[in-house]
Amino acid sequence: MSTTTYTPRRGTLARTESRQALGFVSPALAGLALFTIVPVVLSIVMGFFNWPTFGDKEFVGFDNYVRLFTQSPDFWPALRNTFVFALLYVPISVILSLLLALSLSSRIRGRGALRVLFFIPVVTPMVANVLVWKMLLQPQGLFNGLAQSWFGVQLPNFLADPQWAMIMVVVMSVWQGLGYNMLIFSAALEQLPESVVEAARIDGAKGFRMIWSVMLPMISPSIFFASIMTMITSLQVFAQPQLLTGGGPGNATQPLVQFIYNQGFKFQELGLAAAAAWILFAIIIVLTALQFRAQKKWVHYEH
Amino acid sequence: MSTELISPVTAIADAEHDAAPVEPAERRGRAPLTTGGRIRLVFAHLGVYLAALIFVSPLVYAFFSALKPNSEMFSMPPTLVGSELRWSNFADVFAYGPFLTYIGNSFFVAIAGTLVVLTVSTMAGYAFGRLRWKGRDLVFVLFLGTLMVPQEVLVIPMFQVMQWLGWVDSYPALIFPFAFTAFGTFLMRQFFRGIPFELEEAARVDGAGPIRSFLQIILPLAKSAVAVLAVFTFLSFWNSYLWPLIVTVDYASHGTLPIGLASFSGLQGTRWDLQMAAAIISMVPTTVLVIALQKHLVKGIAMAGLGGR
Repeated sequence: MSTTTYTPRRGTLARTESRQALGFVSPALAGLALFTIVPVVLSIVMGFFNWPTFGDKEFVGFDNYVRLFTQSPDFWPALRNTFVFALLYVPISVILSLLLALSLSSRIRGRGALRVLFFIPVVTPMVANVLVWKMLLQPQGLFNGLAQSWFGVQLPNFLADPQWAMIMVVVMSVWQGLGYNMLIFSAALEQLPESVVEAARIDGAKGFRMIWSVMLPMISPSIFFASIMTMITSLQVFAQPQLLTGGGPGNATQPLVQFIYNQGFKFQELGLAAAAAWILFAIIIVLTALQFRAQKKWVHYEH
Repeated sequence: MSTELISPVTAIADAEHDAAPVEPAERRGRAPLTTGGRIRLVFAHLGVYLAALIFVSPLVYAFFSALKPNSEMFSMPPTLVGSELRWSNFADVFAYGPFLTYIGNSFFVAIAGTLVVLTVSTMAGYAFGRLRWKGRDLVFVLFLGTLMVPQEVLVIPMFQVMQWLGWVDSYPALIFPFAFTAFGTFLMRQFFRGIPFELEEAARVDGAGPIRSFLQIILPLAKSAVAVLAVFTFLSFWNSYLWPLIVTVDYASHGTLPIGLASFSGLQGTRWDLQMAAAIISMVPTTVLVIALQKHLVKGIAMAGLGGR
């Protein structure tokens, strides 16, 4: 236990407090140094090396970056797939979860239970969620089975067709992540000040007008926050395509993170993987910065 | 706003917007309904419940598929319930692979990881939020800066670090590398700062040092925030996939549940019935957690939503 006494000598007191603070913060600092600072620096270094998992490392300068853009057959498709996924996933997910949050208004009975229901796939292991969808999407699975026996329609083989495979990765991901943004929007809607909503009601706003001109602008900071977070996570998508389609057919659904994983741990090219990871980081930073810039046009803060 | 003892939501909301919600709009629109309004309300209920039904159907179908004989998994026309309810599938999972090991590993790693995160981040949060020391704000900014670095940038060099430490295929490798992220520290600092300083000053005057004040005054007041952090940390460890996939080579000894599940689908002669049973089993702990803590869900999201996974 500490032996500090409350003396008016501020100098000693401050020194003691500094020493004690160091004690409190040192586990976090040590961990952060070893498991974040060191890897970040190491990652920069690795990006400039031919760095196999086992064997000799060799300095190659910007060669890894050049190779990615010019010689790596899967890199451009991985970039394209990541952007296609994000472009489809972010708007669909944000709009659907916003609609859901608006529909689950206070007049709906059992909305607490419904919220929990929509939130379940967010917290269950992604691998388990993907396995469920993989079963449903098999050629003899539930979707095609129902289509055939009810309507006599043969659906495409979803996971074997390049375009359908990407669509299904998006659909599965939207299903999985819907509850998260829904809760963010629900929380925001519940915080709307009664006075403003009431004033708008007296002015004759109702239905769609009320939602579009009053409620949405007022929760726009939440929408902005959710869009940014959703975009960042969508650029990092990995488990859904890796397990649902294996990135295939061919490389039609292989996103950047799976490309990084494959380079590093299938082909043992850690240097190339590190370089690709920095490109991903750069993309995330640039897109986030762009969104922050664009927010002035549509996000309304209270003051 | 500042007189009441500060829920984490308002603490965060204050920090972010500096504007207190006047009054929750919850009770809005309780005026008696017109006939048209009542009809609309009925349709609203129908729509929402239909959406919920469609939404949950994959999980329901997966649950009943886990109870089917494997030969009936893809019967045509599809049926929800097979010719029998084969509960033994749930037992057979444990004979199909080292499933018990996966579950044990997952629980151990998630619980140990959560304890590490809670210890480290409450301590650091206290130092950042309530103690005065030189360079505090600078170090804190550095902490926050590391939040921007995505996991994908870290995993490649982290694997190299694990090799150097000889930690590949070990529990420490599954527990420690992502237990020191700044997120928990940030959360705790924000919460601790909202606790009135007078409470602690009084104890300090009575001769309590920071350690005693931290353990006996601050931590007990922060129970709810610590609980929220605990739940979200547990979930992220339980569901973690990319890092365990990289750092585990021998699944039979150190595989966690997601890794085990994923390797199931690669086994020869795919047993969809057992895969579904295994998937359902892996969903149970987190689902129970969410149902048990549903009251705190919105609060937790408002708080932890800043970090996500």
